[in-house]
This record gives sequence, structure tokens and C-alpha cells, in this order.
Amino acid sequence: MLRVIGVDSLDRLFSAVPEDCLKREPLNLPGPLTEWELNQHMASLAASMATMPEYKVFVGAGNYEHFTPSSVLALLGRSEFVTAYTPYQPEISQGTLQGIFEYQTLVCHLLGMEVANASLYDGASALAEALLMATRITKKTKVAISTLIHPHYREVVQTYLRPTGYEVVELPYLENGKTDLSLLDGMTELAAIAVQSPNFFGCMEDLDAVHEGALEREAMFITSFTEPLAYGLLKNPGSCGADIVCGEGQSLGLPQSFGGPSLGIFATKMKYVRRMPGRLVGKTVDRNGRRGFVLTLATREQHIRREKATSNICTNQGLCALGAAMYMASLGKNGIRELAKLNYDKAEYLKSQFRNAGLKTRFDSPTFNEFVVEFPGSFQPTYNEMLKEKIVAGLPLAHYYPELANHYLMCVTETKTKEDMDTLVRGIQS
Amino acid sequence: MSETSGTTGLILNEPLLWEKGSKGRCGFSMPRRDVDSFPIEEGLVGAPPDFPELSEVDVVRHYTRLSQWNFGVDTGMYPLGSCTMKYNPKVNERYASLPGFAGAHPCLPAPLVQGALKLMYDLERFLAEITGMDATSLQPAAGAQGELAGIMLIHGYLKSKGVKRSKIIVPDTAHGTNPASSALCDYRPIPVKSNEDGILSLEAVSEVMDEDVAGIMLTNPNTLGLFEENIRRISEIVHAKGGQVYCDGANMNAVMGIVQMGKIGVDVIHLNLHKTFSTPHGGGGPGSGPICVRKHLEPFLPVPRVVKKNDTYVLSYDYPQSIGKVHSFYGNFGVMIKAYTYILSMGPEDLKRASQLAVLNANYIKESLKAVFDLPYDRACMHECVLSDKRQRAYKISTLDIAKRLIDYGFHPPTIYFPLVVQGAIMIEPTETESKETLDEFIEACKSIAKEAEENPGLLLDAPTRSKVRRLDEVMAARKPCLSD
Repeated sequence: MLRVIGVDSLDRLFSAVPEDCLKREPLNLPGPLTEWELNQHMASLAASMATMPEYKVFVGAGNYEHFTPSSVLALLGRSEFVTAYTPYQPEISQGTLQGIFEYQTLVCHLLGMEVANASLYDGASALAEALLMATRITKKTKVAISTLIHPHYREVVQTYLRPTGYEVVELPYLENGKTDLSLLDGMTELAAIAVQSPNFFGCMEDLDAVHEGALEREAMFITSFTEPLAYGLLKNPGSCGADIVCGEGQSLGLPQSFGGPSLGIFATKMKYVRRMPGRLVGKTVDRNGRRGFVLTLATREQHIRREKATSNICTNQGLCALGAAMYMASLGKNGIRELAKLNYDKAEYLKSQFRNAGLKTRFDSPTFNEFVVEFPGSFQPTYNEMLKEKIVAGLPLAHYYPELANHYLMCVTETKTKEDMDTLVRGIQS
Repeated sequence: MSETSGTTGLILNEPLLWEKGSKGRCGFSMPRRDVDSFPIEEGLVGAPPDFPELSEVDVVRHYTRLSQWNFGVDTGMYPLGSCTMKYNPKVNERYASLPGFAGAHPCLPAPLVQGALKLMYDLERFLAEITGMDATSLQPAAGAQGELAGIMLIHGYLKSKGVKRSKIIVPDTAHGTNPASSALCDYRPIPVKSNEDGILSLEAVSEVMDEDVAGIMLTNPNTLGLFEENIRRISEIVHAKGGQVYCDGANMNAVMGIVQMGKIGVDVIHLNLHKTFSTPHGGGGPGSGPICVRKHLEPFLPVPRVVKKNDTYVLSYDYPQSIGKVHSFYGNFGVMIKAYTYILSMGPEDLKRASQLAVLNANYIKESLKAVFDLPYDRACMHECVLSDKRQRAYKISTLDIAKRLIDYGFHPPTIYFPLVVQGAIMIEPTETESKETLDEFIEACKSIAKEAEENPGLLLDAPTRSKVRRLDEVMAARKPCLSD
């Protein structure tokens, strides 16, 4: 091969690199390790992690422990899905393309929206992109977001919006665990109002009221979510008038994986489709008139529009979206309703047990599979004791909401048995 | 046309999910109900989402058939330029799915997640060493988000010095994400032309560099597969006027262990773990786009950062100048695992060897094909080469036709019509993981297609004929968008 190229050594291949750019000494890195050695090393790192079934983790907060069928895991491991790239050549990418078209459809049905894509990284950046989209559509410069949106999402929104000069107003919360909309009174120049439902405290927001507030101010109505399974039971945001619905899809069969990779779900109304960020898959026909799928409406995107694009995104979160679609298809219409109700009932059971033990749930609005518990004094010593028993008793909220010292966010899904919950309550009482 | 390997076979039809199944089916083993049903306010409840009703076998067969319509790296050579479609070692998948990692919650107390934090801490240092930088953030979820975070760092750094600037220099060979990322930070991209050798000249950069320019975004090696030879001097010009140098590290696979960007004037670089570090592309994602920076930009990196205190690792938010968070949690940890184990499996010498072989393979293809396809920049290339359809235009054959005909020969086409500076570009990146036999088969296929273009152009215009579907009507898809069923 060197002869064909006309050089006499591998080093000579780099003749275009100036001498003063070349690295002389070897890289200072460990390895190489054989596969067997690496097996031992990785097993020991993984063994230091607190995960089920050894640990009972009652924490959600945007990342949920759900049961995933083996069939979904096996299908998602198909290397034709795993080792392909963005479907630039549709004739040999119909698997990814039909899969994403079906995902777009499933998400529209779940959220009650007209168009969805599979292109956002996670719940946080999906919200930031939704707010930017609203500023483009309304040409206004201010956005209002609820303080009951996941604190991390709000931080990401601040990061994205800071260099643009747009103003972010945070709406406080009420004693019932819902967003206080009174700050909106008299507010002008509002591009969007964003709330999360179920919100960070697990409470369901009054979406109709937020919708009204948005209409009055000619602002776009954005809803965010961290737990899409809730819409198997609850009214979907589309039916409450949302203009953009965005959130996190990890809950739909994806591994928790220390918070990533996950899936930014993004859906809107058809009239806004040309203002959406990210890739879209559409149905068409081939030369023989047979049904097929392609990436479409690409004139919004960075590779064509460059700095005038709707976003810099070129990810197609393909594998995560496929996993979510496989999971939703496995559950089906009845399965998702049953699973969502089971999550609701387990959380209600745990709530009732806490109350029986004399503890208060802080906010009395209805919740889905998470809720806030208030402890009378410092709970930290008991929490630490329970860690020794391999129980993680919720997420302390003081870090995010300093006024909520001794308040913990508890999450329970279908993976926790009655016995697990009873053990948790007993541990707290002791 | 000969029967090359991997070209024929049975293709099975499969309808949409909604066209299958039957009422009452469910492919999900519902966890046991061991609590009573609790009442819920009626006004809160919605109708169940209209999902299809399928058995487990229905679902398995559906997605198995769909998968068979896809071409992946495991199917065959996938020489997509600037995408580095190298082989994705299977062992990496195994590690990412270890229950300790796959089942890890991101909000647990640090003592319960030491393994993940150590892995991130070490990977940050590996990437800093490979790029010759001082610090790394693994948080950006993809290359484009890495770019955005990198430009935000520059914005934050300049702001801390009380400097406000409005422009970023972006060469004409840049990926479209570069100007788009700049625009998200309210910077106006200033295009600069590459010279007749396909690289940036000092004069061109000097001409546009002024004290309203925040920095330059350059890709090195660039998207023509050429090393930006003037990078040191360009950096000096930019730095002299108070600007910063951003390197798009998409093409880092050419120079591991050979060039450290941090030592030749680059201030911030993003890496694509799904390109250089062998993590799979997953049909377009998830990727991972860490950024590596020099010391003066470190205070601006996203939070939280992994820090080591004595022998334990913790997440720290204590960086008051940080640009903030860019991800819901800490980035795409599952992807980081695969890059980490790739680096450990390879070791320092084989990483360098990988880059050498990637460059060898690209030059071999360039030399072997320049007799049949036009080569606009006839110089030593790095990890990819850019040819064009200039000679085939005489036969009314375009790059698109050549690409589609390659499909019939069992190859994924190269990147086409990019970079924009070459009309009808054919951008080939073979990577180091293709054998000489495969490269030779690919070269033979290209030569045979060039001959067909002259003698029987209909074969190209009709292609592909062996795929699940023929060429698709993209105009109709865009004019009458049907985006869900």
C-alpha cells in the first residue's frame, strides 16, 4: 500500500504536518489491557455502584427505574440499528427511518400533538430549544418558566439563553405544590410560558389555567415533563392546548445509565413544523410507487441553512428513540394504562403508609409516582442509617429549594413491591 | 457486474406497527399488582393513548425485519467522510450494559457511585492527554453541543475580561454546525476562503481578524482531509488580537498520538466519542461531544465537575465562572464507558497506530481512484480524501448516481456534496478498521462504476435496484409532509 502511495514509511504519510506540530514522545496513557483484564477492571468499577436489586432506590427526579422487557433489550442490540449512522441514504436505512416515523407517531398519540421528532438530546436541552423556538416564532424576548420545572432543566435553560440576551423570569410555587401564575399579571413581551406536569414535586399542574394565561398574553404555551409514563393515565398536554410539549424519554424503556444517554422528546403543532429544531422523518414513495421514508424538511437545518438554521442540532437520537418505540409498542394501549395506574397506586399506597406513620406529605395536589414528604426534624441521620441497610430514602430537596429543609422527594414505580415500601416506612419510623 | 460479497438476499416486507396486531394483545409482562387500586380525580384522567396492540412475537418480528433493511458498519464498509465509521468493538457494549452502570441513578450520594465517578475522572484525563489540553468536560451530549459549549466558554472568558465581541471566523470548509453554533451565541460567522491548496492562508485570516472577532473555529484536519499547516501562525494572529482558537475535533482520528492540538495554539477542542473513540452511531445518536480546554478556559467549563478528594470522587458545583449546565445530568455516561474501554483496550501505541492506518487507507484509496475520479486537491491527505464527479458530468452522471450505484455493489456510499467548496464532492473516509481486501473490493467497485458511467449510464441512473426501496421521492416528502400516521 505504501508503494502505491509512493512513500516508504508510515511516518512519511504525515509529510503535510509541519515538524513543529508533531508530537515526539509517546502518549502518556495506560494500557493496552486484554479483554480478560478489562473484564475484571470494569466488573470492579461496576460493583462499587449502588443499584437494584441489592439497593432499593426510592429516587426519581427525572431518572426512573422501570422494568424493561428482555425483548426490547434484545431488539435494541441489533447491530444493524446500533452501527448505522444518520439515514442519509434512505434506500439502505429504511429500518431506522420507518422506526423513527413510527416513534414520531407513537409520541404524537401519547402527548396529543400533531408532529414530533427524535432529535433532541435530553429533557433539559429539549426545553431550552422549545423556548428558543418560541422566541423565534413570537419575536419576543422574555420567557416565564415555573420554579417547579426540574432544577437541572432550568439551569440548562439559563446556560442556553444567557448569551442571547433573552430574559428568563421564574414563576414561584404555591402552598398546594402548583405554579403561582400571579406574577404573570401585567407582564408583557412574553414569548412563552413553560410549566412541567407532573412537576418536580410530582404534582399535576392546572394546565388549563396556564393555557389561559398564555392565550391572554399571546405567549406560546410550553409543557415539559420528566415522566412520560404519566400520560398513560393522565390527560395529555395536547388536549390542554399546549403549543410545544418537550421532555425526557428515559422512562420509556431506556436504561438509567447514570443520567445519559437519554432522549429529548419534542412535539408541536403542524403549523409550527418549519420552525422546529432537529431532524424529521416523512413518508413518501419510491420510483415504483412503493411506500418508503426519508429525512425531510431539511431546509430548516444547519447543513443547509448554516447560521440561519433553526438549531445547530444534527443528532438524530435514533437508537434511544427506537428503544422508546419498541417499549411503547410492547406495552400497547391497554398495557400503558395498566402500568401507569399501577405506578399511581403504588405511590398512593406509600403516601398512605407515610401518613399512617404520622408523617406529612407537604403538598396536597394530586401526584403521579412521586411526592414530597416532610420530616419533623432532621431526617439526615436516619437517611444515613438506611443507606447502610441499602435503602435510599428519597432525594433531599434542600439543595434545590433551601426553604424545604427536611423535605424529601420520594418516587415509587412498578419495580417496588409492597414489602419494599413497608420496609422503607418501618426504617423511617425506627 | 460481479457478485461481490454482501449484495443479494431475501428482503422481507413488514407493515407499520398500526397495520399489525389485534385487540387485547400485549407484549409486556406486567409487574404484579400487590396494592389496592386508589381513586383518582376523574377530571385528571385522559383516554388511553392510541397505541397498537401487539404480542411479543409481533414486536420482535417487526423490529427484526426493520433492522434487516438497515446498512451498518457491521454489514459492510461505510466510508462516510468526516463521520469515522470505524468498527465498534462488541466488548464495549457489554461494559455499558453491566447492571452497576446501566441501572445507576444519577442523584445518589457520591459514596454510592464511586465507580462511575472514577471512570469519568480518568476519561477526562485520557482525553486531555490525547488532545494536549489541561482539562476536559464530558457533559456535552453530541459534537454540536460540544461546539456550542465551547463557544459559550469563549463568550464567558471574554466577558470576564470585560470584552464584548460580535464575530467568529468560520472557514468555507467548515461543518454547518459551526456557523449554527456560533449563531446560537449571538456571534455573526465571518466566512473565510481556503486557498488553492485547500487550506487556510495567513493572509486570508489576517484580513478578517480584528478586535471585534471573538475567535476562529477551524477543523483540523479540515473537511477536505487536509492538515491546516498554518495552524500555529494562524493561532498567533488570532491571539494577538485577543481572539480564541476553537478546533472542531471531528477529524481527530487522523492524528492521535501524532499532533496535540493544545500544543499548537488551540484553546478549546471538542471530540466526537462516536467517531474517534469507536462508540456506535446508533442511527444518528446517542453521541457524546466532550470538550478539552487549556488552563485559562478551565474555570468556565460546565458544572458539575468530577473532583478527587483524597481517594474519593465527588461532584463539585463550586465554579462561580462556569457557563452552567448543558445536560440534564452529566452527559451521555453510557457512551463514555465505551470510549473509556476503547482507550484502555488500545493503549497509547495502538491509538497512534490506528491514526497511521486510517491515513494509510485514505491515501491508498486516493491514489487508486484518482485515475477515474477527479481529485481537486492532489496532495497528501490525512484520514479522508475528497474526489468529485467532474469527469462523469460529460456522461450526465452525477455524484448522487455514483453513490446510489455503490449501494448495488454492497457498499455504503461516501459523504456526498460536502464540503461545499468542491462541486459534486465525494468524500471518502475508510477508517483504519477496513482490511486491504475490502479496500481493494471498494476500489474495484468504484472503477467498475466509472466504466459503467461511460458505457452504460442507465445502470447508474436506475440505481439502486437491490435495496428494499428504490430512489425515493424527496420532493413530495417535503411538499406534502406526512410526519406521523
